[in-house]
Amino acid sequence: MIINLSLMDFNPIWLTLKLAGITTVLLLAVGLPVAWWLSKGRSIFKIILEAIITMPLVLPPSVLGFYLLLAFSPQHGVGKWLQQVFNIQFVFSFQGLVLASVIYSMPFMIGPIKSALQQLPVSLSQASYSMGKSKWQTFLYVLLPNIKPSLLTAIVLTFAHTLGEFGVVLMIGGNIPNVTRVASIAVYDSVEQMDYHSANVYSLILFAITFIMVVGVFVFNKYQLKSPLE
Amino acid sequence: MISVDIEKKLKTYSGQRVLKIAGQFPAGSITKVYGPSGAGKTTFLKIIAGFIKPEKGEITVNQTCWLDTGSGIFMPPQKRGVGFVFQDYALFPNMTVKEHLEYATNDAAWIERLLIIGKLETLTQHKPEHLSGGQQQRLAILRAMAIKPNLLLMDEPFSAIDAEMKLKLIGELRKLFDELKTTVLIVSHNQQELDGLTNLEIIIS
Repeated sequence: MIINLSLMDFNPIWLTLKLAGITTVLLLAVGLPVAWWLSKGRSIFKIILEAIITMPLVLPPSVLGFYLLLAFSPQHGVGKWLQQVFNIQFVFSFQGLVLASVIYSMPFMIGPIKSALQQLPVSLSQASYSMGKSKWQTFLYVLLPNIKPSLLTAIVLTFAHTLGEFGVVLMIGGNIPNVTRVASIAVYDSVEQMDYHSANVYSLILFAITFIMVVGVFVFNKYQLKSPLE
Repeated sequence: MISVDIEKKLKTYSGQRVLKIAGQFPAGSITKVYGPSGAGKTTFLKIIAGFIKPEKGEITVNQTCWLDTGSGIFMPPQKRGVGFVFQDYALFPNMTVKEHLEYATNDAAWIERLLIIGKLETLTQHKPEHLSGGQQQRLAILRAMAIKPNLLLMDEPFSAIDAEMKLKLIGELRKLFDELKTTVLIVSHNQQELDGLTNLEIIIS
């Protein structure tokens, strides 16, 4: 099969990479403190919050997308208020995709980081405190550097998972070219239109990016384990 | 003078029991904390350091109240300036020997002196995973001393160090304790281990 790339529309790929990048950065900023907080002690509030964060793992994406669509519809409640007061519309817009992706990919960022923090001995933090270091300094200089492999895994999983989103993105974003038409939707759309050539190119690119990222994580984590004397 | 009077509920295999300890430790004294496994020796040290809060108690160090559960006073561990040698060493896997000490203090001359005392001066760029058990334990002691503590709490600090090295190290540490006027509490499950070093003894049973 000859693939003519000059006729291809690569905007869905760029849009997907942009969405995955923004989602990953936002989730890193939100996920690190939340994972740290969740890793310390247990309370009924923490258990409920963790269950809510984990829900997207088991909930059908279309269900999440449906509720986000209802919640942010400009005709009702929160969506109407956001539009009137801040002129922000989350439905059928790129910012809506970002919001949905952040919620949908949250367990992929928070889960690995929280588990890694929980596995670190509590005496590491205590040793740091005994040297007069604050909780923030301890997190930055002691805890964070010692969960590097899990941190990288969380970042890559979040990014890769966002690349592959379909149901939730379709529900809240629709299929608007250059705005919400990400690669996974472009694949579906191309197949619907019997354009297997485009579907194949989009799929190959997504496959290659995801494969390279996952292999990269495995190589990095293996290198970490076999680190020579420094 | 350190004055301690605490009560802490402990969970054991045979149910719950209360750890009750009251005592006074003169400034500059070296006290052996002796008792069987599970008696609460480590918990006692961690309460003094501020890592664990007891249900009831008071801790006063040189007229400064660190803990008074009755009036809700609790000084955080960061402000107590206590050196702590952990039973599991609690070394930071991401830091080299030198970085451990630099994390604790900016005093380069003091760091150099400690490295020589601990015989780790040739291993400054090694991370804990590349040190032997004895070297790791010595690093844990040096790190606790790096902050020049007024109070040093040591939990089984010599268990992985060979007899010859232990003797030399104890001699050097004793000089440092005298110099800094450090009050020391050393936990041991072996009653004879610290003979000659300590001048007080507290038994937790």
